[in-house]
Amino acid sequence: MTSARRSTLAELLFWPALLLYGEAAVGYLGDVRRPGPAGRAATWGVRLGWLVQTALLAFQVVRDDGFPWGTWAGSLNLFVWLVVAAYLIWGCRRPYRLLGLAVMPLAAVLLVVSRAGGGTGVGERSHYSNLFLVVHVGLVLVAFAGFTLAAALSALYLWQERRLKRREATILRRPAPSLATLDRLAVRTVLVSVPALTLGIAVGIGRLVARGQRVDALVVATLVTWVVWSAYLVARARGWSGRRASYVALAGFVLVVVVRIALQGTHFA
Amino acid sequence: MTHLVLVGTSHHRAPVELRERVAFDREQAHSLAEQLGAAVCLSTCNRTELYLEAEDGDDAERRAAAVLAELEPALYRLRDQAAALHLFRVAGGLDSLVPGEGEILGQVRAAYEAGTPGPLLDRVFRHALHAGRKVRAQTAIGESPASVSSAAAALAEQVFGNLEGCAILLIGAGKVSGQAARNLRTRGAEIAFVADSKTDRARIEEELGRADVVVSSTSAPGYVLDAATVERARRGRRLLLVDLAVPRDLDPQIHALDGCYLYDIDDLEAIVAETLAGRRSEAERAEGIVAGEAEKFHEWQASLEIVPAITSLRARAEEIREQELAKAEGALARLDESQRRAVEAVTSRIVDKLLHLPTVRLKQAAAAADGVVYAEAVRHLFGLGEEER
Repeated sequence: MTSARRSTLAELLFWPALLLYGEAAVGYLGDVRRPGPAGRAATWGVRLGWLVQTALLAFQVVRDDGFPWGTWAGSLNLFVWLVVAAYLIWGCRRPYRLLGLAVMPLAAVLLVVSRAGGGTGVGERSHYSNLFLVVHVGLVLVAFAGFTLAAALSALYLWQERRLKRREATILRRPAPSLATLDRLAVRTVLVSVPALTLGIAVGIGRLVARGQRVDALVVATLVTWVVWSAYLVARARGWSGRRASYVALAGFVLVVVVRIALQGTHFA
Repeated sequence: MTHLVLVGTSHHRAPVELRERVAFDREQAHSLAEQLGAAVCLSTCNRTELYLEAEDGDDAERRAAAVLAELEPALYRLRDQAAALHLFRVAGGLDSLVPGEGEILGQVRAAYEAGTPGPLLDRVFRHALHAGRKVRAQTAIGESPASVSSAAAALAEQVFGNLEGCAILLIGAGKVSGQAARNLRTRGAEIAFVADSKTDRARIEEELGRADVVVSSTSAPGYVLDAATVERARRGRRLLLVDLAVPRDLDPQIHALDGCYLYDIDDLEAIVAETLAGRRSEAERAEGIVAGEAEKFHEWQASLEIVPAITSLRARAEEIREQELAKAEGALARLDESQRRAVEAVTSRIVDKLLHLPTVRLKQAAAAADGVVYAEAVRHLFGLGEEER
């Protein structure tokens, strides 16, 4: 298959995925205004979009004859896929549709950013070994996807808590997941993500030391992120919950954004 | 033609003093239905309605009205399509005092089971139950609470999610607080302690440390619990406090504490008013669903008129085909078995193809208002049923 045809096929998979994610974002917005069909259409948009993006990633693997996410844009593509996959675990249930309002616009925007950086195309094979990419990039991205979801859950917690505190009369017309559920899901997500990040960092630093390379800004920022999310778990173990824990999670997410978007160029260069 | 007849009264026309005169329990409803023939008696606290099917609609209406004669000025009478639409609206909760209330669907089912329906009533009630289920599945009309007590329980679910194992501290035992506690219990919560005016404050404070939900409704002149006591006792736990008393039992400052959510009677009533408004907006969508189902029922009922005409037409065509084959028996006798079968098949196909389009068109016409006219035209043109005359 020629390079041009491969690119066309990748394009054919990218656009439906983006359109479906976009449809889901709009659908969730419609669901907030009037619960019902718009929410159901949005959920199907997430499911189908995720399947199409899965096909795109699989196509990238096959056509590049290996792990194709050595670039920051390529890894962003995988990151979006992981975030949506994590959301799908709960997102299909009606009370969690509100979470989609936080997750799906982000997924659609990041997919566009990934495409702009060439992350959804084919033919950019990394110079790293596949095993290293799978273990290091894979684990770090899994952790970041988990943190993103935990932050979305925390944001939803703060919003729901605010409605309860303001005694909004519409609170039962537009029910959200309960405070206890959001709190529990957020901590469970972080409990999975922190060990994944720990392992991912350990593999990366091991390689850095073995090759005698220098620590760059991204490594430092990732370590700070690890410290913040680990502190979150320690605080939870000491009885922190609810609003305070949610603010810590949002602070941790700001670091994830910094690491994912702002500092990627320094690490992959 | 078999008619569907409805005679009845409801909260729209008659106050409870009138409705209670014609309230029937399940056994009485069954006896009444037996007495009326093919009938179903739907009797709830908001309505008593008699549904009958009969060839003579006027007679059926007179018999039903005689049963409810006491309420003559408050009675409504509906026939056929209008009666079916009314029943569908009732099953969908659209004719209820609180739009979308959930009990009515079960009551319609119970009435149907206790009745003595003929084929038409059987069909219309089964279709009404389907319409009622569809309304609940496709709209949010019945999802939000319609009373202060159920709103309190729904709020608890917004804080704690599943209420299984949640502990309720009940302070005072008024009627509304009792209902709120019952609502919480049906969702899995447990009443951990009931405090009254004799319970000392230390004990209440102790129980507060274990409680997830506090429901208070005493006639105490001052606050039963203040913010400092709650903060000290709850030990960082999330707490939902429902104050149903006037004057209020719980210090409003409690709401400012992190993790504490205090709702008084005004807050709950505002929530109920809002959810009822939401139900009314969902009711518009539900009306569309019910109208669609009523239309389907109408199409089915109309097809009953046309089906005998189609059956007669096909029987007549088959009869002619067989007669003509019999007349040609002499000529056909020279053919071998396979050739005879081929002739049979060809003549059958000709009849089928000739009748296919008229059959489809007749079925389409059945759904329209002039379906009966079409049926009569077919009978006249093909001389159907003239032999019997």
